[in-house]
Amino acid sequence: MNHIISVLVENKPGVLARVSSMFARRGFNIHSLAVGPTVDPTLSRMTVVVDGPEMEQIIKQLYKLVNTVKVTEHAPGAAIEREIMLVRISAPAEQRPQIVEAAALFEAKPTDMSGDEIMFEVSGTPDRLRTFLEMMHPYGVIDLVKSGRIALPKSGARRQRAKVAS
Amino acid sequence: MAERLSGAQALIRSLENEGVEVVFGVPGGAILPAYDPILDSPIRHVLARHEQGAGHMASGYAHATGRVGVCIATSGPGATNLITPLQDAHMDSSPVVAITGQVATHAIGNDAFQEAHTWGISMPCTKHNYLVTDGNDIPDVIREAFHLASTGRPGPVLVDLPKNILAAEMDWHRPGQSHLPGYKPSIKGHPLQVRAAMDLISDSERPVIYAGGGIIRADATDELRQFAERVNAPVVTTLMARGAIPDSHELTLGMPGMHGNYTAITSMQRADLLVAIGARFDDRVTGDPGTFAPLAKIIHADVDPAEIGKVRTPDVPIVGDAKAILNQLIAEFDKRGAVAAPRRQWFDTIRAWQAEHPLAYDQDADGPIKQQYVIEEINRLTGGDAIVVAGVGQHQMWASQFWKFERPRTWINSGGLGTMGYAVPAAVGAKAGMPDEIVFAIDGDGCFQMTLQELITAAVEKIPVKIAVMNNTNLGMVRQWQKLFYGERYSAIDLTDHTPDYVKLAEAMGCVGLRAETPAEVAPAIEKALAVDDQPVVVEFKCDPEEMVFPMIPAGGSNDNVVLGPEDLA
Repeated sequence: MNHIISVLVENKPGVLARVSSMFARRGFNIHSLAVGPTVDPTLSRMTVVVDGPEMEQIIKQLYKLVNTVKVTEHAPGAAIEREIMLVRISAPAEQRPQIVEAAALFEAKPTDMSGDEIMFEVSGTPDRLRTFLEMMHPYGVIDLVKSGRIALPKSGARRQRAKVAS
Repeated sequence: MAERLSGAQALIRSLENEGVEVVFGVPGGAILPAYDPILDSPIRHVLARHEQGAGHMASGYAHATGRVGVCIATSGPGATNLITPLQDAHMDSSPVVAITGQVATHAIGNDAFQEAHTWGISMPCTKHNYLVTDGNDIPDVIREAFHLASTGRPGPVLVDLPKNILAAEMDWHRPGQSHLPGYKPSIKGHPLQVRAAMDLISDSERPVIYAGGGIIRADATDELRQFAERVNAPVVTTLMARGAIPDSHELTLGMPGMHGNYTAITSMQRADLLVAIGARFDDRVTGDPGTFAPLAKIIHADVDPAEIGKVRTPDVPIVGDAKAILNQLIAEFDKRGAVAAPRRQWFDTIRAWQAEHPLAYDQDADGPIKQQYVIEEINRLTGGDAIVVAGVGQHQMWASQFWKFERPRTWINSGGLGTMGYAVPAAVGAKAGMPDEIVFAIDGDGCFQMTLQELITAAVEKIPVKIAVMNNTNLGMVRQWQKLFYGERYSAIDLTDHTPDYVKLAEAMGCVGLRAETPAEVAPAIEKALAVDDQPVVVEFKCDPEEMVFPMIPAGGSNDNVVLGPEDLA
């Protein structure tokens, strides 16, 4: 099962390497990892999607890193989760209107077009991106890139806070 | 105006401010600037013959003194040679600070001469590490390094210093309050957990205190003894905790685990409660974790939250410092005004196991020397008043089994990583830190050949350690496994019985060389070694290659099946 954790870390060189090295050496699987600044310039937030049942141990090992300030596991449904994807679809002239119409249902923005290809930018929940890809599959998905998931707890929603000592 | 110092001067002054009295190191190109101000410093520099030796010396020093051990190496090969001792210190929670030179900042990443990505290589084998890119950071980084190494769960911290940063001037300042927003080790245990723990202890009929190396790291040995006496529970001391409670204490059961004694192992299997303090349910203790201590509820106290629940989910977890938690448990016990249960049946059972299955060996007066006999004789002739240092293998297990440890910090060995070659340099480090103690390394011939050149360091630096080389002419523990589990097909374990000549080798390195070939020669050789106090001594004991370490739990086996001798495996 996938779990989403937010890891607040000190914004220092090498912290991403420390986190990813820890995951690798402890044998934890990272599904996706996105990192960026926060409102506090001394801190960065990592959103990590991990596989596996050993969440307590993963959270404790994250806390063990000296640069880790806070770890929060998001309970299913308790956070707004988003991902952005760029995807290039094979679109010969005769199919193009169909493709653009379908993409509009997903608010996917055509961002680049050349010859018989269209690139869309689409964002949303992981489910939404998956459905979009399934729909585009018959036309031919040439290439794609995903940003990795980002998440913030819903306002007022109960955060499932990691019950471990920091 | 701030005083202008070179980065190197700032480094040495920072080390002085940390109270460092000795550093173990090997110079080289990138670390050269740091070796100049060392000449003007009261800090003693011990020139190791290999950086691995310097690293183990720092860890031996730390184990023996409880203070942070410091080692220094240059960039590239100097730093990579430190990796084994760093991982060793990491596994055994030994407070060590390693200082490494690095190529100049502008050359980093260019495959410069003697460049290695030390920061990246050392990351997984340190508690934390630094690459300093601004000389003004040096005072704060060194302060943080010592703070991290010595607090919480201790461990090694590496500081990588590029040559141009060491050479350039910086503004000297005393380090400020360290800013580590993510580092807040717990000290006191949660009071509710302490109460819950005492409830379990009071209800328990067959408790065992499972004392780990954290007790010694936390200087909590008096507290352990008081706690055990208050609650009237027997104590097993793991390989890392030997000496945490005197072996002569009636509650002490000795070492559990793969080569533990029958009573220590079996008491845990039959216990209804384990009180684990500063221990981590290592596979060498638990055997097959699925069948380990099946009847026991678990109280697990540890300063590292990640150890709690890693192997076995406890009924009562307590995060905090072992000393603080033991004091809280003692206070809770006293507050309840209770009298400990006599637990007569439990102690009767334990005494019966002890009587039936003591640790034993046969020393035939005319036969080959048994390693166990040598250890008992050293123990007897020193009155037990020595720091014992071991390598890894059979001799290590026998030393842990047969030495009577009465004080903490008198047993230094490589537990977690199992680093062969640990004994000689660790003994040198221990003796450098505790010059008034007898430091007696008990080493195997295989281990000895890995790091013996550090005896040159010992001789030249006048650090008179004593090394007992248990020469069974084999990689003995490997041989034991090949004998028991590979149908006596011996592969790559023969070290020969004539090369090297250990006496000549010792003398060539500036040490006294002695040899005992028969049981009758053992005590006189030890006495001669003890009479020398101005030179290192190597005593070679020609030991029985056939002797095996028992009891034994075969790897991954259940602790219910203690193998007491080879006949049990037939």
